[in-house]
Amino acid sequence: MAGMTMAKALNAALADAMLDDDRVVVFGEDVGQLGGVFRITDGLAARFGDKRCFDTPLAEAGIVGFAVGLAMSGLRPVVELQFDAFGYPAFEQIASHVAKLRNRTRSALTAPIVIRIPYAGGIGGVEHHCDSSEAYYAHTPGLKVVTPATVADAYSLLRSAIDDPDPVIFLEPKKLYFASAEAQLPARTEPFGRAVVRRPGTDATLVAYGPAVPVALAAAEAAQAEGRDLEVVDVRTIVPFDDSTIAASVRKTGRCVVVHEAQGFAGVGAEIAARVQERCFHSLHAPVLRVAGLDIPYPAPMLEHTHLPSVDRVLDTVARLQWDDQPDERWVTVG
Amino acid sequence: MTTTSRAVRRKSRPAAPPDPARPFLPTTEQIRLLDPAGTPLPAHPDYPAPPVETLVELYRRMVLGRRFDLQATALTKQGRLAVYPSARGQEACQVGAILALRDEDWVFPTYRESMALTARGIDPVEVLTLLRGDWHCGYDPAVRRTAPQCTPLATQCVHAAGLAYGEAYQGRDTVALAFLGDGATSEGDFHEGVNFAAVFKAPVVYFIQNNEYAISVPLSRQTAAPSLAYKGVGYGVPSERVDGNDPAAVLAVLTRAVAHARAGHGPFLVEAHTYRMEPHTNADDAARYRDADEVASWQDRDPVVRLETYLRDRGALDDTTVARVAAQAEEYAAALRERMHDKPTVDPLTLFDHVYAEPTPQLVEQREQVRAELAADQEGAG
Ligand SMILES: Cc1ncc(C[n+]2csc(CCOP(=O)(O)OP(=O)(O)O)c2C)c(N)n1
Ligand SMILES: [Mg+2]
Repeated sequence: MAGMTMAKALNAALADAMLDDDRVVVFGEDVGQLGGVFRITDGLAARFGDKRCFDTPLAEAGIVGFAVGLAMSGLRPVVELQFDAFGYPAFEQIASHVAKLRNRTRSALTAPIVIRIPYAGGIGGVEHHCDSSEAYYAHTPGLKVVTPATVADAYSLLRSAIDDPDPVIFLEPKKLYFASAEAQLPARTEPFGRAVVRRPGTDATLVAYGPAVPVALAAAEAAQAEGRDLEVVDVRTIVPFDDSTIAASVRKTGRCVVVHEAQGFAGVGAEIAARVQERCFHSLHAPVLRVAGLDIPYPAPMLEHTHLPSVDRVLDTVARLQWDDQPDERWVTVG
Repeated sequence: MTTTSRAVRRKSRPAAPPDPARPFLPTTEQIRLLDPAGTPLPAHPDYPAPPVETLVELYRRMVLGRRFDLQATALTKQGRLAVYPSARGQEACQVGAILALRDEDWVFPTYRESMALTARGIDPVEVLTLLRGDWHCGYDPAVRRTAPQCTPLATQCVHAAGLAYGEAYQGRDTVALAFLGDGATSEGDFHEGVNFAAVFKAPVVYFIQNNEYAISVPLSRQTAAPSLAYKGVGYGVPSERVDGNDPAAVLAVLTRAVAHARAGHGPFLVEAHTYRMEPHTNADDAARYRDADEVASWQDRDPVVRLETYLRDRGALDDTTVARVAAQAEEYAAALRERMHDKPTVDPLTLFDHVYAEPTPQLVEQREQVRAELAADQEGAG
């Protein structure tokens, strides 16, 4: 189906899940009549009634805590936190309750909740609307953290998230919402815990997820012209993390660059670099490098292009992968 | 100004519109059915006294509750419990709340509610699991319809709203009762929870035990409102204040609050004014923030003595029954002491069992590593 978008695929996934399972309820800020500020819940209230899809008071801890209670009563809540940075008021509920309910109660109570968060930048948004907050969630045991990069994955991963017995932080790259693509719905792609090779290559592996995947793919295309054949792996589910697909790719190529939008320091890329290094040390011809956002608060719209990983920055980083077997000049100190 | 002109002016003034907040406001005086000496006050128009058999049962469970609480404090001294937050002095609230509920109703307790949970019939060893330290929650919350004891202040207020709404949504007439303290009313989640419950007409009773302190911080630092029961009015939630050391009044007010919620009128908020006789926990030194006179003044308002006096005066309780209840309490404590004597066995490998329904590959690896370490330790020891 041409002209399909991630936004439409997410909407279809919600509708199909609500159709299949009447325990699924959708709520958040502006998700009812309006259909969400990004229209991801468009038409759901009209189709399923305002008891299945409804607006809440503006209170993110309330939204998530309410979902915990609903889950305890046997429902399957899917909530929307309107923007990445507006998820922070809910963090206590997420970290102390959503993530831990199963553990605290030895699985007597569980929290099969999906928390959808439009996230990341590249849309010219003003401050507090462009954060990449995945590391906070990925650092919290008990949560699954998922971010689609393709239309088919948006549909399939959201369906899997709603079916999952555990809570899922579902991070939707805003930048990719409205790009149209070929996709046949309902699509079912690989399950949680599986990374996917989006572009095979032999010379180096680019590991990316969410909004960074198209950047990595574009960089790989550009590298081809320069005579380098790059493999691109899409992580898809940060938790659970697929070590084996990524390690297999790096063992094959011998070089690895991790690309993500979030600030690099203590980011998910640091974790991936460490894991690759632990597993692929003897196959590596160069240190694992990262292309990440700068370690700054997300910049104002006119400056965001400097912050975000770009094709050029990825190519420059790939160029530093010790192709001539010389140490990286950047790390060589004199004296 | 003459009296005539005043009368004329009064007549010509248009009638004030009814105060829309009025139905939500608490009474200025705390609801009280028994005076501190246990003498019944004139019948209250809105709060009839609970049946006398119920009050005898309330008395019995309060005596057991107090004995349990003393035993738990003693267990900290023997190193059997890591910590214990006592509820001594708050027996009327702890037990009254439970008696106002049905078994199918849900309770959302805090760390302070060990006594309430034993009054609910939960095995005291399972109640103390959290504080003994072998797991976070010892009882099965789904079976006992009792959430795990909540430590992040006020966060349970929102869960109660969600649970109650979810139950009503599925056609069940469950009520959820959320316990919280005076200090917790300053937390955002209290306000979000009450507001969600009000907007969605969720059948929740928010039950604030105002014991005057949040660890060391006095009530005056939590609010400038005339009472904590005023917190409901801004959310359109009817609220009431009750003497938290008057067991009959606590039970009467909560019974009405539960009935209000169950009838589909939405949440109800109750502030009970009480006092914790012990420090915040056994690890706290209350002498640093309150003086002995203050504590002593509350000794005269003891809820157990108050109810016992009332029931004796009514002829509903005699020496034999009092002695029998005391003996039951001793047995209860002795059994608990006995069962808490041995250190529980813990299995490190269970650490990986309840993180996800299916452990991630990383957890499988870590489990294997711990298993190997344990095996090596065994070999070293053997
Ligand atoms: C969010 C949060 N902040 C701080 C604490 C630490 N803490 C534990 S109990 C307590 C006092 C709470 O007082 P109150 O709500 O009056 O209940 P009480 O202990 O008197 O029953 C504090 C500050 C906590 N548990 N949770
Ligand atoms: Mg207090």
